Amino acid sequence: MGSHGIKDRVAIVGMGCTRFGERWDKGVDELLLEATGEAFASAGVGKQDVDAYWLGTAQSGMSGMTLSRPLRLRDRPVTRVENYCATGSEALRQAAYAVASGAYDIAMAVGVEKVKDSGYQGLNAFPIPADGTQRTLTAAAMFSMVAPAYGRRYGVSDEEMRVVLARIASKNHANGARNPRAQFRKEMSVERLCAMPAVAGGLSVFDCAGVADGAAAAIVVRAEDAHRYTEQPLLIKALSFVAGDGSGLADPGYDYTTFPEVAATARDAYAQAGVTAPAEELAMAEVHDCFTPTELVLMEDLGFAERGSAWKQVLAGTYDLDGALPVNPDGGLKSFGHPVGASGLRMLFEAWLQLRGEAPPERRISTYGSRSLALTHNLGGYPGDMVSFVSIVGLP
Amino acid sequence: MRGILSWGGYVPHHRLDRRAIATVAGSGGGSGARSVAAYDEDAVTLGVAAARLALAESPAEPKTLWLATTDPPYLDRTNATAVHAALRLDRTVAAYDAVGSVRSAAGALRAAVQAREPVLVVGADLRGGLPGGPDESAGGDGAAAIVVGGDEDGPVLAEVLATVSVTEEFLDRWRLPGEPASRLWEERFGETRYSALGAEALKLALSEAGAGAAAVRYLAVAGLHGKAVRAVAAASGLPAERIADRMESTVGNAGAAQPGLLLAATLERLRAEPPGQLVVLLVLADGADALVLRTTGALAAYRPARPVAAQVAAGAPVGYGTYLAWRGMLRVEPPRRPEPARPSSSAANRNLGWKFGLVGSRGDDDLVRMPPSPLDAAAVPMAAATGTIVTFTVDRLAYSPSPPIVFAVVDFDGGGRLPLELTDVRADEVRIGDRVELTFRRLFTAEGVHNYFWKARPAWTAEGEA
Repeated sequence: MGSHGIKDRVAIVGMGCTRFGERWDKGVDELLLEATGEAFASAGVGKQDVDAYWLGTAQSGMSGMTLSRPLRLRDRPVTRVENYCATGSEALRQAAYAVASGAYDIAMAVGVEKVKDSGYQGLNAFPIPADGTQRTLTAAAMFSMVAPAYGRRYGVSDEEMRVVLARIASKNHANGARNPRAQFRKEMSVERLCAMPAVAGGLSVFDCAGVADGAAAAIVVRAEDAHRYTEQPLLIKALSFVAGDGSGLADPGYDYTTFPEVAATARDAYAQAGVTAPAEELAMAEVHDCFTPTELVLMEDLGFAERGSAWKQVLAGTYDLDGALPVNPDGGLKSFGHPVGASGLRMLFEAWLQLRGEAPPERRISTYGSRSLALTHNLGGYPGDMVSFVSIVGLP
Repeated sequence: MRGILSWGGYVPHHRLDRRAIATVAGSGGGSGARSVAAYDEDAVTLGVAAARLALAESPAEPKTLWLATTDPPYLDRTNATAVHAALRLDRTVAAYDAVGSVRSAAGALRAAVQAREPVLVVGADLRGGLPGGPDESAGGDGAAAIVVGGDEDGPVLAEVLATVSVTEEFLDRWRLPGEPASRLWEERFGETRYSALGAEALKLALSEAGAGAAAVRYLAVAGLHGKAVRAVAAASGLPAERIADRMESTVGNAGAAQPGLLLAATLERLRAEPPGQLVVLLVLADGADALVLRTTGALAAYRPARPVAAQVAAGAPVGYGTYLAWRGMLRVEPPRRPEPARPSSSAANRNLGWKFGLVGSRGDDDLVRMPPSPLDAAAVPMAAATGTIVTFTVDRLAYSPSPPIVFAVVDFDGGGRLPLELTDVRADEVRIGDRVELTFRRLFTAEGVHNYFWKARPAWTAEGEA
């Protein structure tokens, strides 16, 4: 028994990603056609060349027919998957394993979410009949409890923490401003971000992910076939997933300064990929910055910073586009936007662009040319009660 | 010997300064304050709060539960069953409503006195009226629970010497189902009828008890007709200091809870006096009911968990606008979030112990789980636990009938952690390390289904609220 991974056995040979944002004029069908169309073109294949599909959507459609109907797929298996906000990553994981198993030659992972049709701000899960004792708190409020907990544990004052969180948001806004596919394309200064009114705990609206519509897609093949489709495939080095048991909510030992599920997926992924010093080996990371304190804690859970030191690294600019380890160079959930089912694949799309040198110079990562591994991290749920995904991909 | 075995009065946390009324409504108000049930309290939750206090001191488990109120959260279905569930009473304990009038409370008390088993009588009410009207100002919210039993059940604190009821059909106040406020007949007519009925019941009761009016230590007169209540008290011939304080300037008239609250406060006062004191409770409601009690030697040793007077002294002000919004008299902008779905009836029933009784579980790993896990063998009742706030947040985005939601992670003494909503607090006064206790509340109502569950609130200490 063990988690062995599929290092270097499966390659990504084509990707697509729509512009994320308030796509009032586009429905789920149009978003899916746009993202898959770009991915097909990128790999130079047609829709019937793909043997099997995995569609990730949290709540924009049910069953594989959400994809097969608009694409008019004939006699193809489509599996709809859902795993909270890590839904898009889950689709990739299933498609990659299907190819690795030998069951299919070419598979596609697609993620889509049409969030803005709900008529409400934020993300709203549709209710599952239950006894009425579940929390009704917003995710923002749940994650807002991380900031004061971290501050108390590591001696960061409320004022310092406000600046650290604003620094994270400011970086992601700066990155998004350079990215034509991002939802928010406006730089925001730390001073301005610090002055925003709190809506949940100490968090303002600008500490929260953008709520966006969008879709993204990836085509995977066996590694040995990759060069038939592209000169620069991305090899899958690691795929790790953990569904937590929710014990953080009940465990008095849990202190809201770490996400144990994330640390577990990071350990597993680094073992699969043979990465021992992530901060030195990775060229970039796309992480699940659903809220600014989430990104702060992720820097430590993913091993990018020592415990209690990530806030200093944030202030030092370590994770900036021109820093030692660029994090969320595409703007992240914060400014690229967060269409739930698409986000995991959107992260991978940025790795696809950056590692292959397709990101334009004004938003190219500092590590381009010197390092060739990228990490994507995607989570769903709440502190103490989450699912977590980590992938590592790299150039051959 | 049959009488009172224990009691618990409950005065909700909020107080409305009556002077705030006229500035908005243009009339009404007056002096002093009235108690106000929070947006998450109703007759069921108020009743649970009082009953928990009464049962904490009761030597016997009741065999029957009566819930009396003029403001039942539901019609057609019994409200007392939710109280029963929250108290985790045995399934063989009968639970009944007595709803619609203040007289229901007197009737429930009479049934308890005449029973041959321990009976828990709960009166719980929210009283109000249209803005600026006399009922809004004079009314109060609260609950009282009394366990009545015989000396075979435990020490009787006050023995029942007489119970008398006089019934008369006449129209003094009335309210059609669904209407927000009572309508009143010309005041003098009711005063005339109640004065006669009160005097008649008092005379009959004292005669049955074999006592003269002069022997009465306290006469407590309850009833919604304020002038009649005062007139009957005055006509009794007893000096003013022997008329029980009706807490009009601090609580207001809590309707079906008033008889029990007056009795509880009176008995609490008599703990310091020698046994053998006579107390008469007179309820003027569609007739008159009288109960004559004599305190026993056991009373001095009784320690009410939270004396009514101490609760009256505690509390915090609520603005008139908030009060109106809580009562549905002022429609305020709701949060722009989807309203919660109604709870599932079958899921709630399946999880009765958790949802209503706050029973968690403890596993082999010694972790207390809430909700309970089917993998754990041991049930852990948590409702009586107190705990400490580990961390908290204020959610200005989430749906709440009265935003914002204040939410805390609480570690309970003796084990167990639960993230849950706080109530009876101001968002800006919560601190990490604050001590909290658990309280049964109505989270929201969706599609006409009241969603009851537990919240945390500042812990009560001997000195009052923490």
